[in-house]
Amino acid sequence: MPEPLTTPAAPSSEQARIRFYQVGSFAVGNRLLDRSLRTVQSDTGRTNSLDSGHRACRGCGEALGARYTLDAAMRAVDGRLVAVNATGCLEVFSTPYPETSWRIAWMHSLFGNAPAVATGVAAAMRVKGRNDVRVVAQAGDGGTVDIGFGCLSGMFERNDDVLFVCYDNEAYMNTGVQRSAATPPAARTATTEAIGPNPGAPFGQGKDLPRLAMAHGIPYVATATVADLHDLEDKVTRAMGIRGARYLHVLVPCPLGWGSEPGDTIRIARLAKETGLFPVFEAEAGKVTSASPIRRHEPVESYLRLQSRFRHLFGEPGRPDLVARIQAIADANIAAYGLLDSVAGTTGGPS
Amino acid sequence: MLRQIEGSRAVAEAVARCRPEVVCAYPISPQTHIIEAVGAMVRSGELAPCEFINVESEFAALSVAIGASAAGARAYTATASQGLLFMVEAVYNAAGLGLPIVMTLANRAVGAPINIWNDHSDAMAVRDAGWVQLFAETNQEAADLHVQAFRLAEELSVPVMVCMDGFVLTHAVERVDVPDQELVDRFLPPFVPRQVLDPDDPVSIGAMVGPEAFEEVRYLAHARQLAVLERIPGVAEEFARVFGRRSGGLVSSYRTEDAEVVVVALGSVLGTIKDAVDERRERGERIGVVGITSFRPFPRDAVRDALGKARRIVVVEKAFSIGFGGVLSTDVAMALQGLEPVVVTVVAGLGGRPITGASLDRVLESAGEDRLPPLTFLDLDVDVVRRELERMAASRRSGPTAENVLRDVGVVAAGPV
Repeated sequence: MPEPLTTPAAPSSEQARIRFYQVGSFAVGNRLLDRSLRTVQSDTGRTNSLDSGHRACRGCGEALGARYTLDAAMRAVDGRLVAVNATGCLEVFSTPYPETSWRIAWMHSLFGNAPAVATGVAAAMRVKGRNDVRVVAQAGDGGTVDIGFGCLSGMFERNDDVLFVCYDNEAYMNTGVQRSAATPPAARTATTEAIGPNPGAPFGQGKDLPRLAMAHGIPYVATATVADLHDLEDKVTRAMGIRGARYLHVLVPCPLGWGSEPGDTIRIARLAKETGLFPVFEAEAGKVTSASPIRRHEPVESYLRLQSRFRHLFGEPGRPDLVARIQAIADANIAAYGLLDSVAGTTGGPS
Repeated sequence: MLRQIEGSRAVAEAVARCRPEVVCAYPISPQTHIIEAVGAMVRSGELAPCEFINVESEFAALSVAIGASAAGARAYTATASQGLLFMVEAVYNAAGLGLPIVMTLANRAVGAPINIWNDHSDAMAVRDAGWVQLFAETNQEAADLHVQAFRLAEELSVPVMVCMDGFVLTHAVERVDVPDQELVDRFLPPFVPRQVLDPDDPVSIGAMVGPEAFEEVRYLAHARQLAVLERIPGVAEEFARVFGRRSGGLVSSYRTEDAEVVVVALGSVLGTIKDAVDERRERGERIGVVGITSFRPFPRDAVRDALGKARRIVVVEKAFSIGFGGVLSTDVAMALQGLEPVVVTVVAGLGGRPITGASLDRVLESAGEDRLPPLTFLDLDVDVVRRELERMAASRRSGPTAENVLRDVGVVAAGPV
């Protein structure tokens, strides 16, 4: 049985005004808040949807992202939730038979069909008059942008009542770090080795899934990272307050695949946002409605240097030309979403 | 009530009377009329409550059914040929998860070359997936088998595929007594799932299983199929009691009492075979027919009982295992292990080629005289085959075989080869 639940978080507009200025982690300020505004994770009565004892690697961003997301969703819908999972790390490390880390109703079918299975669950609940039961489907970037994209696009265009969450660690980590359509340029993977004149993943490829989701005109699209818990929970709560197809794209660093320190997962996720490489924004019905402003602007190098998948860009002789191309991508994001605008967060976005 | 009705329409009405709660639709010939008719019944409110979902592929169609079934809803879809192959990963998944989905397979050839007409290569491609596969001989049986399919599926937590010959049955208009709503309600109890996604009682469905338990889980799937085998005759009996007519069962025998030669087949071709057999009976030959209704699970004992006394078995198959030969024949031969009959295979009706009474009569004549080789392709145009083989031998770049053959037989308005 799920834990008893406390009241849902306050509306995002109120939370958006709260600024945390503690050094390092924004989460520290949580203790200073009114109890009702604190994170779901800080509540000892949270569901622990993905419970301890699973077999994720140390510092796994996806394990954090899944627990944060599902616990917030569980609170938002008063525990009336079913989760559908694509094949991938999250599925493998959480359910080696006969054990399971899931404390919620959970189902895994295949790699590429999680959106369709979720559609089926939602249809079953609707036909049985159980409209209180809501559905979340989740997948890694491979299960979302590549093999699951056909089913995802179908679920979006039908506007089925499903929140689809992509935990994006930018490659196929479960199979040993191969390139996906979410792998960033220059990143070393096992199928884009750092060899030759164009090391790592090619420039000019890949899918911008949040934008593709927006193009379907679905009611709600948002991006988030595991670094900003308030923001992530807030977006999950908002998403669960809306009916129809919703999409949440969460950046989750992978120490194994990115070659980063397990203790740096949150730091790297924050740098992805603070460099402008990963724009954090919300969109409704195909239009960007807000973007999280960059708080302390950093060059992309601060982000790249913490990850050995980009090691070939640095040292002697290094590839400053490629670093500059990555910086140009970040700069374009900043311009497109107004991430450094003085009134950032109210306008912007390439819609 | 008997009505002149298209096979697809009869099946759609029978399915609707089973009160499916989630129906997924993706068009593919020759299945499309079924799903169209179900959709119209949902629109009109004749079938309610039911969620009718237009999906983007067959893979999604069965995946939506998987989610719906796991959440406790009675789920149905229909497909054929390429569509079945496109969803094959989900076909295995539904069976592995023990989800009682019912699916119509309007049997059609599998490409390349692309071909929309009837044969059984689609059903054979997934025979090992863990689905029950029932073959309908007539449209009446196709309609009735769907009602029995939901009953079997839900009772034993196993998906059931009702196979009906594309066009030959799906598009044929003939007399069918569509199962009456009141009787269906009496025959088919509400779906009580063995496992269900429910926030009030959360379980994990679809866990990863390693070598330590995989064999056991797989064996249990086999055991479930064996339980289906035990149950099929009982369900057919109950059906006969409630509806007042016989349909389904494991096998059906026709004039086999003293038969020395028995012809074995699946599906609608049994009608043609029976006509041919009747004619030969009139000429004094001791010949009979056995139709296999339950292809998976395969009724080994029933087949042995039905065929064991014959001297020669001719298996007429609308599919074959390329590089080997008969598929059904292999199963029949296995069932007859240790017994005397010789089993030969006649591959016929591929890609919708008509299986005529005259051709069948010729091949059965040979069988009676012990002149039939182990593997025969009915009405194979050996000259066309020989000419293409010669072209291939003469030139490395002999071109696409399908196009060459079409040109050769004069179907395509193209220049000389």
